[in-house]
Amino acid sequence: MKIVLQNLTKIFPGRNKKIKEEVVAVSDFTFEIPDGKLVGLLGPSGCGKSTTLYMISGLQKPTGGKIFFGDDDVTRLSAENRGVGLVFQNYALYPHMTVKQNILFPLQNLKGKDKLKKEVMIERAYTAAKLVQIDNLMDRKPSELSGGQQQRVAIARALVKMPKVLLLDEPLSNLDARLRLQTREEIRRIQKETGITTIFVTHDQEEAMSISDLIVVMKLGVVQQVGAPQEVYDNPTNLFVAKFLGTPPINVFEGKVEGEKLYIGDAAVLDVPGVSDQPVTVGIRPEGFEIDPNGPFVCNLQNVEIMGRDVSVVSTNEASLNPVIRSIVNSDNKIEMGETVTFSLKSHKVFLFSKEDESRIYF
Amino acid sequence: MVESKHKWKAWLYLAPAIVLLLIFTVWPIFNTVHVAFQEGYNELSLIGGESTKYGFGNFVDVVKYPGFVTALKNTLLLCVLTVPISTILALVIAVCLNSIKPLSRFLQTIYFLPYVTNSIAIGMVFAAMFNIVGSNIGGEAELITTSGIINNVIEFFGGEPVNWINSGSSYWANITVMVVYIVWNALPFKILILLGGLQSVNKQYYDAAKVDGTSRFRVFTKITVPLLSPMLAYVVITGFIGGFKEYSSIVGIFGDDMGHSGNREMDTMVGYIQDNIDRWQGRASAAALILFGIIFIVTMINLYVSKKKTHY
Repeated sequence: MKIVLQNLTKIFPGRNKKIKEEVVAVSDFTFEIPDGKLVGLLGPSGCGKSTTLYMISGLQKPTGGKIFFGDDDVTRLSAENRGVGLVFQNYALYPHMTVKQNILFPLQNLKGKDKLKKEVMIERAYTAAKLVQIDNLMDRKPSELSGGQQQRVAIARALVKMPKVLLLDEPLSNLDARLRLQTREEIRRIQKETGITTIFVTHDQEEAMSISDLIVVMKLGVVQQVGAPQEVYDNPTNLFVAKFLGTPPINVFEGKVEGEKLYIGDAAVLDVPGVSDQPVTVGIRPEGFEIDPNGPFVCNLQNVEIMGRDVSVVSTNEASLNPVIRSIVNSDNKIEMGETVTFSLKSHKVFLFSKEDESRIYF
Repeated sequence: MVESKHKWKAWLYLAPAIVLLLIFTVWPIFNTVHVAFQEGYNELSLIGGESTKYGFGNFVDVVKYPGFVTALKNTLLLCVLTVPISTILALVIAVCLNSIKPLSRFLQTIYFLPYVTNSIAIGMVFAAMFNIVGSNIGGEAELITTSGIINNVIEFFGGEPVNWINSGSSYWANITVMVVYIVWNALPFKILILLGGLQSVNKQYYDAAKVDGTSRFRVFTKITVPLLSPMLAYVVITGFIGGFKEYSSIVGIFGDDMGHSGNREMDTMVGYIQDNIDRWQGRASAAALILFGIIFIVTMINLYVSKKKTHY
């Protein structure tokens, strides 16, 4: 089922009664989530991504705008009646119930014509448990499970009522690094198998990029960019998005455009046809550098880190806005350990941003 | 840990408390046991009067004495009635209070008032509320004129006024008044504990239940009560202990005759002990030990059940 958000806005009243300071958590969010897709809401903490998720779940009421599930306006529907599956950041498993009782709980809530026979309920609970591979833990209490197992129980509990929408709030933040990798693949697999439209919230760009069909980058309640992960990475619409996506992060420089040439420091590093003369902020992806003895861009070499397939070259430049420049080049390149290193740049990995509003200047 | 050199300092700081505890708690406990097993104990034996032999005589006297049986029966009855009623009421009130946002501070003060009010004073107010004046004055079919607010209310709704506590009132009317009074008096502490428990329950459980479309009743029975079970167990155990020690509430309503007829028909265990302490210290001590035994056993049962039933 597709989900449509129309001018969704959430404003929290200020905590201080004397100064009427409102907090705009989500501002004018319009977005259509296609049926059966896995969507990642991505942004730093406090950007409104969790608020958006809770508004979709119905636990929080929007201040303005509308939410549609399919063609139905659910804006005024309370959480009980929306039929979404929600996995909380801390899982919120009922500590006094076994895994089985936890998973059965949503089914036992069904009333009237939706009421299920006991055997059907148990069968469905086991189906959900098998899907997340915890069917051997059904009689344990949550306190007897590891974080990853608890996470799976929480997902099973959300899936057992066969929701049309699955919402995950920071699903991986409480897991250790290895489990995180494993679980994110798991979430992808479960989503593919069930085909449920899934929205998850994360502040980890790598996590969002690796499993989402679509990512939504948010900042201070405002949507910055929506798109397929690769597309957003390759074509950030502003400096914030460019900085937020990618590990190692993008290298940022002070620069200027003069006569359709981009200058970083005194070096004309790239031709930028069609850009008028102005000071700019330059973003260069780590993979946008090429070792080239005849290249235009000279940096002070600091260190070379060999990472197997790739080599990470750490250097400095006066115009750099980051303490160091990190570039990743193929390990076939022979790097002379001298004072300086000289690069040429791949133009499709170089982005120009306006000094005024950090928006992208295309060339 | 404290180094051994400085140990005497630690003891010095502890000394005032230890001395007071020894004099007022430990010594009386040993003395009670000692006196309870001394047959025919009286004040004279303290100053070297007739010597007494040790044995179970006091216990036999106590159990044989009909007044003690009445006291035991009353105490058990009040416990069995008031603990469940007050616990359930406290739970309902705590859940309601927890969901009220405005005036919560004000309400917290109001519901805590009974706890800080002297129980004799409350008893006198209750006695006035349940009072009647002029019952059977002038004999035979004289109409009862009431002045107590409870009977006024009953009459307002067209009911017959009840002789609650005055001379000629029935045993069950007396018990009813006592139950109302004890429950009312026991509520604040229980509400305080349960409300504290409720406020420490992670709100996400309720959010999760809401998303899963759980009815309010199911949230209460399947989530709130189990998560509160440790506090409920605590409240029930302390409730029973307090219930077995019921005394001043009855004095508050019926005076220290423990009843309207002068027969001590509303006597309790502590009442019996208080009654005997001046002349029959042996019996009083024996009764105190019996009371201790009962409370001990009931608390053990409570702990055993709560360990099986409470979660985590």
